[in-house]
Amino acid sequence: MSVARAIVPEQPVLCLSELRFAYRGAEPPILDALSLDVAAGAFVAILGPSGGGKSTLLKLLAGLERPQSGTMTLAGTPIRGPRREIGMVFQKPTLLPWRTVRDNVLLPAAFASRASEAERARADHLIETVGLSHAAALYPGALSGGMAQRVGLARMLMHRPQLLLLDEPFSALDAMTRERLSLELQRIWMEERSTALFVTHSIPEALFLADRIVVLAGRPGRILADMDVPLPRPRTLDSLGAPEFARLASELRRLFDSSVAAGDAVR
Amino acid sequence: MRRLLDLLPPAATFLAIWAAWSYATGPGGLPSYLLPPPGAVARSLWDGLASGEFWPHIEFTLTATLSGYLLGSLAAVITGILVAESRLFERFVFPYIVAVQAMPKVALAPLILVWFGFGLASKVVLVGLICFFPLLVNTIGGIRRADPDLIAMARAFSRPGWWIFLHIKLPAAASAIFAGLEIGIVLALIGAVVGEFVASERGVGYLIGSATVNMNVAVMFAGVVILAAFGVLGSSLMRALQRRVVFWEGDRNDLPPAGRT
Repeated sequence: MSVARAIVPEQPVLCLSELRFAYRGAEPPILDALSLDVAAGAFVAILGPSGGGKSTLLKLLAGLERPQSGTMTLAGTPIRGPRREIGMVFQKPTLLPWRTVRDNVLLPAAFASRASEAERARADHLIETVGLSHAAALYPGALSGGMAQRVGLARMLMHRPQLLLLDEPFSALDAMTRERLSLELQRIWMEERSTALFVTHSIPEALFLADRIVVLAGRPGRILADMDVPLPRPRTLDSLGAPEFARLASELRRLFDSSVAAGDAVR
Repeated sequence: MRRLLDLLPPAATFLAIWAAWSYATGPGGLPSYLLPPPGAVARSLWDGLASGEFWPHIEFTLTATLSGYLLGSLAAVITGILVAESRLFERFVFPYIVAVQAMPKVALAPLILVWFGFGLASKVVLVGLICFFPLLVNTIGGIRRADPDLIAMARAFSRPGWWIFLHIKLPAAASAIFAGLEIGIVLALIGAVVGEFVASERGVGYLIGSATVNMNVAVMFAGVVILAAFGVLGSSLMRALQRRVVFWEGDRNDLPPAGRT
């Protein structure tokens, strides 16, 4: 990528402290006393069963919901609402059906008719990066599920965000497309060098993509485990067969099972 | 060629109805003061158009229908946007909208004639009132049903409220608004004709009314045919417009309409 960002390793860029969130005072809260520091440039997977508060955490970070208490800071500035330095991909493609692929990628800036030369060039570059140059002028109705999520990935990167939020972006895709897109996401992230938070309930997906896995579960959601994934990059689909991978996977699965049991006990 | 073939089945139906109608009104059939033969209807339609006798009536009805329709539709879309976007406005007016919506508007025709006179103005008001409510309800519903995930996405990308309204809610409501416009054009015609029935000196409704007094059933039928033609023309025009504007709904997503980029 053209812009090189100064990365100081191990320097937390995202700091969450004592976050608490509940919908309209409902008990128990969805998140309670959640604290997490994320180093700049890290790829962190938030892994956990449904209802563990993973998506809620991303909504708080995206500025779509406000926590009842606690603080969130990105690069030293508190997050009080949506910010340009944060890009997001959603579980559903959420593309505007009445706009072309190019306009959908440009959405965080302005549509093509209003966009600057630089913005248009950035959008075209991103569309090329996700392999959709041939589809730039198509409308979303003509895209497959995998293509639509690629557009979502490109759109997330439009403003060169410091922080990427990915809310189970591949969960609605078939297994083959999922693997291909995981590989592409790794490549794009290695090029852009942003900090990424990737919510998933798939252990292999978390292991394949992340430097660090945070297991979030229970009601209220809290961090059950926080582990590093010391597998070298770039990872390939063959990495999935490495013994280290298998060991980490079974360790996570044990944690996952106990967290589900704990979740049941709370209910 | 395909389009010609598509016209074949309805043409066959038309011929069958014509034949049955001719038979029923033929020798030993219904008397012509109850049901004139189709040939007589066609002839009186032709005579009325060729002699110029029908044209002032057609012009009057079209003027009343179109101006009332435009004003009523514009008011409906604007009010619909206000109700859908402002909770406060909604709380003030919505109960009354629901109440008036449930009322048959043609019952107001005599009152409106008293208020606005027997000329064009009263017909325009009645037409506007009749096509206002379906479009209002559709506009509100269309805007409210905009995909909340799309709205959350736009908010996450820091898009302001007016942008979300213009680029997400309004396009999302487009197909509901067009459905309201299509219903509206037919209702507008009903409004104009009812107004002309109650009190008027011109219009296709007046033509039918005065032909009734003279027991000129062929002219009555000619008037009905004219109104039917307007209705069909108007609603197919709206459908064609909808297909062009709301191009992303349906199966033609890969074919953007000409002129868009």
